Formats: sequence, C-alpha cells, structure tokens
Amino acid sequence: MELTGAEVIIECLKAEGIDYVFGYPGGAVLHIYDAFYKQEDVQHILVRHEQGATHAADGYARATGKPGVVLVTSGPGATNAVTGIATAYMDSIPMIVITGQVPKHLIGNDAFQEVDSVGITRPIVKHNFLINDVNDIADTFKKAFFVATTGRPGPVVIDIPKDITAEKVAFEYPAEIEMRSYNPTIKGHNGQIRRAVDLIKKAERPMIYTGGGVILGNGSEQLRTFTRSLGYPITQTLMGLGAFPASDPLSLGMLGMHGTYEANMGMHHCDVLIAIGARFDDRVTGALDKFCPDAKIIHIDVDPASISKNVKVDVPIVGEVAPVLDAINAQLARAGVGAVAEQTNKAALEKWWTLIQEWRAQDCLKYDRESEIIKPQFVVEELHKVTNGDAFITSDVGQHQMFAAQYYGFDKPRRWINSGGLGTMGFGLPAAMGVQLAHPDETVACITGESSIQMCIQELSTCKQYGLPLKIINLNNGYMGMVRQWQEFFYEKRYAMSYFDALPDFVALAESYGHVGIKVEKTADVRPALEEAFKQKDRLVFLDFITDREENVYPMIPTGAGLNEMILV
Amino acid sequence: MVYEEDNTEAVEMKHIISILLENEAGALSRVAGLFSARAYNIESLTVAPTDDPSLSRMTLVTTGTDDIVEQVCKQLNKLIDVVKLVNLTDDVHVERELILIKVKAVNEQRDEVKRIVDIFHGHVIDMTESTYTIEVTGDSEKIDALLKALERFVMLEVVRSGQLGMGRGDRGIV
Repeated sequence: MELTGAEVIIECLKAEGIDYVFGYPGGAVLHIYDAFYKQEDVQHILVRHEQGATHAADGYARATGKPGVVLVTSGPGATNAVTGIATAYMDSIPMIVITGQVPKHLIGNDAFQEVDSVGITRPIVKHNFLINDVNDIADTFKKAFFVATTGRPGPVVIDIPKDITAEKVAFEYPAEIEMRSYNPTIKGHNGQIRRAVDLIKKAERPMIYTGGGVILGNGSEQLRTFTRSLGYPITQTLMGLGAFPASDPLSLGMLGMHGTYEANMGMHHCDVLIAIGARFDDRVTGALDKFCPDAKIIHIDVDPASISKNVKVDVPIVGEVAPVLDAINAQLARAGVGAVAEQTNKAALEKWWTLIQEWRAQDCLKYDRESEIIKPQFVVEELHKVTNGDAFITSDVGQHQMFAAQYYGFDKPRRWINSGGLGTMGFGLPAAMGVQLAHPDETVACITGESSIQMCIQELSTCKQYGLPLKIINLNNGYMGMVRQWQEFFYEKRYAMSYFDALPDFVALAESYGHVGIKVEKTADVRPALEEAFKQKDRLVFLDFITDREENVYPMIPTGAGLNEMILV
Repeated sequence: MVYEEDNTEAVEMKHIISILLENEAGALSRVAGLFSARAYNIESLTVAPTDDPSLSRMTLVTTGTDDIVEQVCKQLNKLIDVVKLVNLTDDVHVERELILIKVKAVNEQRDEVKRIVDIFHGHVIDMTESTYTIEVTGDSEKIDALLKALERFVMLEVVRSGQLGMGRGDRGIV
C-alpha cells in the first residue's frame, strides 16, 4: 500500500518508538499535521512557541535518554527553533527536528515563509538533511535517528519540502543503516586502558573529574563501581551532577567557576586527573596555564575532538564511557584493587584525604541560614527536603541555576536538567514539560528566576492544556541576578539594565493561566508553602519566592584566575 | 608551576589536508562553515568528484600550529559527510597547482615571455596580438617563482587552482 510522505514520517516515528512530538503547525507542515490527526500512536504536544517545543523535546531526551522529536513549520517556525537546537547541540542532546520547507519548485525563490533552514542550522547540529525525494524519507529518518543517538549525541534537523509530504510512496523502514562516513568508536583502545590503569593504581593524589558524558553514555553504574572501589575523591561538572551521588562522602561536589573549594583545590593539587565524559570547558578549568599543574591526565571521551582540545592530556581513551569503565573496572579487579586497603598508595591516599577534609572544613557553601529575608540557597535546601532529594529539577540560567546545582544534591543521573553549554534563559519551564510527560508519576520542579521565567512564560498555557502538574520555584530578587553580581564585582555596581522596573504579579499571572500561584515573602513561610505546593499533585503551582535582592553566588573563580584562586564568602 | 609537557615552540606551519567526502549538496559548505565558525585559516581549497561519482575529493591548505591543525583534522573528521581524511604534510607526498596567467605581450616582450614559459615547462594556450595566456603546473614554490619571473610584465589576469596533493608510493586514502 502506498502512503503519502506525511504518513511515512509518522510511520518512521512509530518505528523509532517515539511517543511524543513537540510542535507547532504552519503552512508547510499541514500535510504532516493532517497525518497526525488520523492516528493515535504518536501524541503531538502543542506548545505556544517553537522555542518551547525544542526545549520540551530536549528535557524529554535528558530525562529519558531517548531522542526528543520536534516538528515546526518553515521560515519563522524554523528560526524560532534555532535557540533550542543550539541548546541541545551544546549539551550533546539527541534530538530530531523536523522543519517544514516551501515546495521544491519555490526553494530559493524568497517564497512566503522560506528560509534556508539547513544553512541556518548547519553550525548548531550534529548533521542535517534536506529531503528532495519522497523515496528518501524513510532512509533519511533512519540515518537521522542513528546519527542523533550514537557516538556523541546531538540534534539532527530534517528539512522537508511541502510537496514531498503529499506525494505517495511504498513505505519500508530500513532495519539497519550503514554509513561509510560515520562509525563512532565504542570500545576504548586496550593499550591506552592499560596505561590508564597503571597511572590510576599509582596515583597518590588522585582526582576523578566527570561530566555530562557519563550521563549521556549511561555510565553511572560503572562510575560508582570505579570510584568506590578505589576510594578516590570525585568532582562533577554542572552537566555531570547526579552521575555519582552527591550524598556519598567521596563526592566533593561541583567544580569550576562556582564549584566547591574542596573540588577546585583538589583539582589544582592532584597528581593524577581522571577525566571522564567531560570536556575541559572554560567555566571548569579557569585559566588554562594554571590548570592542574602537577597532574598526569587521563581523558575518556567518545568524541576524539574533545580530547586535548583545551588541555593536553597524557592518556587519551576514545570510546563510550560505560564500556571503557567496564574494561578499567575489570582490570582493577584483576589487579586486586577492590578496596582502599589493598592499594599500594594507601599512605599517600590517606594524607591526600586529610588535606581534602581540611579544605572541606572551610564549608564554602555556608550562608546566613538565620536570615529573615528569604535566602535563595535556603529555598533550594528546603526543596530538597520536601522532595526527599528525589525530584526531577530543571532550571533556567543564572544565579538560581548555580544555587540549584550547589544546594540540591543530586543522587541519581538524569534528575538535574539545565542548559549548561549554551546557557539558555527560558529553558527551564518547557524542559520541565518534557520531563513531566516522560515521567508522569514523578515530581518535577523548575527552579527559575523572575527574569528567565519570562522568556518562555507562554508555556504555562501548554501546561494547562496537558495537565502538567509542575512546581515552579521562582527565586524572585527583581534583578537579573548573575548580571547584577558581575556588575557589582567588575563594574563598580553600575547596574546597567539588570533591574526590572516592572514585573508581573506572578500569582495573578499563574492564576490567569488556570494554575495555582503562591507568593512567599518570609523565611518562616518557605517550608509550609513548599509542602502545600507539593500536596497539590495534579496542579501546577507557581511559587513566587521574594528573595534577598543582592545575594551572590559563592564561591567564585574570577575570569583569568586559577582553580586555587577562589573568592570565598 | 610550569607544565611538565615539553613545550614545543608553537610554530605556524602550512599543512595540506586531503579529504574524501560524500558528493552531496551542502558537503562543501559544511567544510567551509567549520573553518569560519572555528576561526581556522583556509589558504586554498579545491574539490571535485572522484572516479566514484558518489565521492568528492578535496585538497585543503591551512596554516596553524600543530595543536590547531590537529583540532582542524579532528573537527573535519567529525563532519558526517567526511569519509576519510589524511594530513599529507605528515608524510612524503606530491603536490601540484595549476596557474593560468593572461599577460600583456607586445613586440620584444613576446619572445621574453615565451622563453620564461619554456623555462617553467609551461604552455601558451591562447594568444592575441597583444596577450599570451599561459598555463603552468607545479608545486607552489614553482608557481610563486613563475609569478616572480613575470613580475615586470603586465599580468592582466591570474587564476590559481589551489593545491592538489597525494601521498607518495602506496600511501593512499581510498
């Protein structure tokens, strides 16, 4: 039986096991929407802005490990999706973005709602396709999903001219696809793994530094075995939080610009650095010429281009985190490194831990817990308690994001969902929608600020339509907090444009969208308000916390400084 | 404290990179876009289909320190359309460039120009009463030397193909 191109697209999504598509209709995709209307297997979530669709698909992907799927129209549909595609690209999130295109004969004609979507998205996708022939749809989808989800994952855009979606073709989805130009390395090189194990065993001041790659590569179990069998300290990047439990005494918390004192000092003084699925980002390394001066560096990453990009490494291992760690764990077990006591470096390691405990005793995340004005850190800590530390937390970008990362304490992977690489304000709310759809029975909270939340506030309407009972934790200080903090530190408090002269009444705003709004102004009310909110299992509750206006994120490494040159409270 | 690694002087060098890529719409712009997005240099770039029409072969000349060129190669390899890549500069190779020059040649200049063309084993492939169009192939140094030799004449038009390269002997990228 012959299907239309639009029906083929639906069949491809079904074959890939896709349950949700996030999108917004328009002229160029109307055939596809008509095909959606005629089936019930793939549910379409109608957002209020294409940026919301991409972030929602992204949140879905981060929370599940499955690719998120987006469907938007040509022209403005595609350009509105660009921010979300770039967000996914920077954090290596598997995503398929289907963009409608004007009919083939109009391409290049400056037609209504025409843009060169493939050209615009080229630098922010893992790969993209323009389909020219209805016969190519199934193959292209197979390739797109394969590319998006394997190796270092990333978004793939498929641009489809409208006329093709109406043409008929016999449908057959390829079971396998082979691409001669794309063969990601899975297993690590044995020789390199042996060299790494040698270094790891002999380390006297070891440090394990892990990133989002551990979560993307589903290597959390392996990482736990690795770290605990060695008894080595571990620090995680913003993107890596949760891969190893924050509550484990081996965890030193996050590193980098707003990382903990113990993590950054540990990095600076270590003699063997074991980097796993992390990419030595500038927010992590500080000044490169001062980075880990005494360390031999082992780097495990699926992307060879991430290795020795910013920092020269001594033992590069290209491969997926899980199989490489499996191999290393097996070698360590064979060598008898099953417990700290059996290690040859026991004495040195004890000395190292003593030093780390001294750094830890600085208590770098302390803040005024007695304050009557609500401290944003306090809200996050209370949120942790009320949700038993087990919620899915999304965030936007800025101070609240750092407070969430520092104070929530993630014990499981895929629970902390934020835009780390691109730093996209407006990410949190739509991402939380994707998370909630993926996990309808889980608690999902979005930690945000009054500035970020306004960038995609329209999605409150989507939440109403699909009954998504998110909890919005709005840390409202009236300022773009992180901008204000930098202006305080580096621009002599000239607060150029970082203050909002007019803010909406968020309670009334939430209510107008059909949700529950609660305003909280005193520290004593924080806990009761959170408890009240989380009792409302089937309602979206918008909690507007009026927080300390000029609280800063500490500790902090100023630009150009080394990891050992932190500003503490 | 200084890095332990041997800090080899960061010298910028010319590298010739040979790339096999899918002969598909957009493949060239992916390569070109990568260079502009990451602020790498392109000195020259030539591309055409191979004997297998589904593949294009590109020769790209770039300059940079060893670290940068290593990143260039890794990033190029990451492009889904790139099938295979070799940095020819790493090993013995041959390189050739073609140049066409339209030079003003009247009276005694005609003999002089013709002599230079012969010395460089080139050909005059078109002529008018007042011009010669010359074709010469060779490595870049030879082409540069030719241009120097013709400096004192009036060159009306110059077009260079950019470099082509291939590994010597059994070395190949197919």
